[in-house]
Amino acid sequence: MTLESFINEAISPWMLEDGPDKDIVMSSRVRLARNFANKLYPTSGNKEALQEVLQFVKHSYIDQDNSGQQPLAFLPMKNLNMIEKLVLVEKHLISPHLIKHSDYAAVLLSENEQTSIMVNEEDHLRIQVYYPGLQLDKALEEAYYLDDWLEEKADYAFNETKGYLTSCPTNIGTGMRASIMMHLPALVLTKQINRLIPAINQLGLVVRGIYGEGSEARGNIFQISNQITLGKSEEDIVEDLESIVHQLVEHERMARKYIYEQSEIGLEDRVFRSYGTLKNSRIIDSKEASICISNLRLGIDLGIIENISENILNELMVLTQPGFLQHYANKALRSDERDIRRASIIRERLNLKK
Amino acid sequence: MECQECHKRKATLHFKHIINGQEAKISLCEMCAKKKGYITYPEEGFSLNDLLSGLFQTEGLNLGSTGTAKANQPKHPQEVRCSSCGRTFTEFKKAGKFGCADCYASFGSKVEPILRRVHAGNTKHTGKIPKRAGKYIQQKQLISSHKEKLKKLIEEEEFEKAAVLRDKIRELEKANNHNKEAGGNT
Repeated sequence: MTLESFINEAISPWMLEDGPDKDIVMSSRVRLARNFANKLYPTSGNKEALQEVLQFVKHSYIDQDNSGQQPLAFLPMKNLNMIEKLVLVEKHLISPHLIKHSDYAAVLLSENEQTSIMVNEEDHLRIQVYYPGLQLDKALEEAYYLDDWLEEKADYAFNETKGYLTSCPTNIGTGMRASIMMHLPALVLTKQINRLIPAINQLGLVVRGIYGEGSEARGNIFQISNQITLGKSEEDIVEDLESIVHQLVEHERMARKYIYEQSEIGLEDRVFRSYGTLKNSRIIDSKEASICISNLRLGIDLGIIENISENILNELMVLTQPGFLQHYANKALRSDERDIRRASIIRERLNLKK
Repeated sequence: MECQECHKRKATLHFKHIINGQEAKISLCEMCAKKKGYITYPEEGFSLNDLLSGLFQTEGLNLGSTGTAKANQPKHPQEVRCSSCGRTFTEFKKAGKFGCADCYASFGSKVEPILRRVHAGNTKHTGKIPKRAGKYIQQKQLISSHKEKLKKLIEEEEFEKAAVLRDKIRELEKANNHNKEAGGNT
């Protein structure tokens, strides 16, 4: 496989499209958790129910007209090998939970990978829609569309006062989790982020690292999402989240300007050192790589480095994950082998210079 | 100070909660506090602490048998169990997950304090309603808001307007019963 075609595989087509504030907001995502009425949840571990749901989804929604939407491919987890599954996780198209319980699980995937519907995750259905940049409202609209289409064929578990019933009490109500992925290097550099995170938490929002719950903020990438799903409408949740993100974007822009004005040479030094490391290293672990990639992207955003696509951050963040490295090598790799492979893939990518 | 809920008894308990950064205070009598799920009693077999630790713990610790719960609940044979999926309340606490949609009803009032805690005091859904099956619910909500208006009109002695609205409600109710029979309600 050539590197170009491999990159194309790592980058979902929707990521290349333009979006508002795309220099800071990497993506907007809306996820809806839904369950069918009168069917035990996947969490019950009941195999009959799991099998029924899987068959029902396959027969009712695949190759069916989904009114103007992109056709969805049906991928049963059972048919994929471990590396293929890992790749889907690293592209954020499925959750690690789906891999762990893959006997009766599947994912419906749109061609441009903007939409994915997980089947038999913690809930029967998990609808996910991505948009580039800050476009939560569009993602919500699209998710609603899919939600209504799915609901045409089956009754959902819904309660008048409690809303959509979900297996976890933290999702009950709207079943919606709206989240934003942001690159905030200047807020980290100026240590403002430490003050901002508790303030954001106070507003009922959660700040996490790039790979969700419990993960650290690798490469200065943060995920901000709503915590509360009950008592607030989807539109209000999205609006509140967007307004916070707008403020964070402003803060990040101001911090970037401040750093640049305070110490242009210091910033240039940081960016070029990282660039040098990425261009020349022969062994690099994922932590160091993510820091350097973040610095490089900051340098591109501030015009310090030219001739490199600003998509480099999205691309390399995915390309240098364990699953992708092994996918590219076409075999399982030990951690030290991965560090070598990672260094070489980064060097190759930077030589492509587009 | 009187209880803000029943306005009859004396308020003996004062709660402060922060919802989305806004502080709210409420003073209640013991009975209302219990009824609204602000406090729970050991004889019911759990404390708020038990619930929360049970909800979020991942290790296999059996929190159901610690502290006060143990004293009042020795190997309870008649523990609440969901009749549809067979999950017990203890199992729910341990895993933090329900086993089916009926668990909410099966565990009843025990779930309320958890939801309150997780969702900053909210217990009522105000968002989307299923488009197809929810027609019945949407109409029902419309009818109940009309009924509120009707009450107001009667109080204001606007009987002519009230009569028009009453007929409209009747019509809506009749139509909505068809919705219900059509299997729209889940």
